[in-house]
Amino acid sequence: MSDFDFSVITQNWAFLAEGLRYTLQVTVTAMLGGILIGTLLALMRLSSIVPLQWFAAGYVNIFRSVPLVQVILAFYLIIPLVLQMITGKQIPIGAANSAYFTFTIFEAAYYSEIMRSGIQSIPKGQIAAGYALGFTYGQTMRFVVLPQAFRNMLPVLLTQTIILFQDVSLVYAIGATDFFGAADKITQRDLRPVEMYTTVAVVYFIICFTLSRLVKRLQSRIAIIR
Amino acid sequence: MNYHWDWMFFFQETDDGLKYYDWILSGLGWTTFVSLASLAVALTLGSVLGVMRTTPKRWLVGLGDAYVDVFRNVPLIVQLFMWFFVVPELVPEKLGIWMKQDLPYFVTAIVGLGLYTAARIAEQVKAGINSLSRGQRFAGLALGFTEWQTYRYVRLPMAYRIVLPALTSEAMNIFKNSAVTYAVGILELYFQYKQIIEKTSQVLEITIVVTLSYFILAFVMNRILAFVEARTRVPGLIVGQKGGK
Repeated sequence: MSDFDFSVITQNWAFLAEGLRYTLQVTVTAMLGGILIGTLLALMRLSSIVPLQWFAAGYVNIFRSVPLVQVILAFYLIIPLVLQMITGKQIPIGAANSAYFTFTIFEAAYYSEIMRSGIQSIPKGQIAAGYALGFTYGQTMRFVVLPQAFRNMLPVLLTQTIILFQDVSLVYAIGATDFFGAADKITQRDLRPVEMYTTVAVVYFIICFTLSRLVKRLQSRIAIIR
Repeated sequence: MNYHWDWMFFFQETDDGLKYYDWILSGLGWTTFVSLASLAVALTLGSVLGVMRTTPKRWLVGLGDAYVDVFRNVPLIVQLFMWFFVVPELVPEKLGIWMKQDLPYFVTAIVGLGLYTAARIAEQVKAGINSLSRGQRFAGLALGFTEWQTYRYVRLPMAYRIVLPALTSEAMNIFKNSAVTYAVGILELYFQYKQIIEKTSQVLEITIVVTLSYFILAFVMNRILAFVEARTRVPGLIVGQKGGK
């Protein structure tokens, strides 16, 4: 402990910060894309059209039963195959870019379950009221159900995003340079595992701890008293 | 599509004289072993922490809360790397050398995954105990039980039944989380998956097989715990979901 060398951290800070930026970019992209696709999946799952229900249920169950690392690697290898099939050309997309896609698709399954329980938490009378006012299905969802579902589920959606933020570290599997990947690459070069991995752990802890406290506070503030 | 499907490659010989399906079976074995052992660690420690956080003793609550905060807010892969590459440097030198040279990899990995999962289980055990009415504890104390006895005979038997569905999903998650231990050298299913892809490039076949394997592992765990849930159900007591009061 006595030879903990802070200069290793300061010297490499720019590289680490670059990694952290990538981690945040993937997190935000996957959060927005995942919530959008997840909401659509939840609507499909709750719709009265049976094939749509099946599709959504299959999608969610498959992605929720597979380890994320495996999906990261599989998509990294399969996306180029699919692109080649469509365009007939070889398009190298790279590890860093494939992660945006993988996380969006993967997290959609988890966000979809959250949105489903959010939609189901809305009393049936609300939907009936929407129809009674002459709203179509789309209007009822858009103006009545979904705004309330989002509000009720906001803390859970944000908690899932904190998990997603931590999970981005698994792009280690395909060698992309996220925050952890950056620290790992510096370790390979400078052989200072103690400084590097501790920094990553501490920074992750500070960010996630602060965010989860904020979510907790938000939760008590936006709770609707019924 | 010019992808060359070849399901028979599973029966081809590998460099080490085994067949590819042997690699998968051995990976499955390691995944099962590491997951179950970690689950045992996590259940034990998680229960202790969960109980600690519901006691009237402030410092026990604080300790339990701090544990959960630390272990839930650092990614699993970072935690594993800490156990493997940082902790041995920080402990006394002799112990560090022993950890690096003599302690089998899988023990460190099991402890790492177990401690990570314990934080989640502690949350659930705590929630289970807190969902019981205060009267349960008072009744126990009134009967002359010590604080510990109210846990042992009154509160924990109820709390475990209430949180069993949540524990089931945690027990299913641990199979998925165990895939991360490949990064610290455990030859489990995901490691074999990666290795087979590197050797054969039959990405689609192996992805299907490994996905199904994880699916089956989680499904078997789910069935076993559903059986436990049915066997331990107290007649007349509605547990699980919301209406348990």
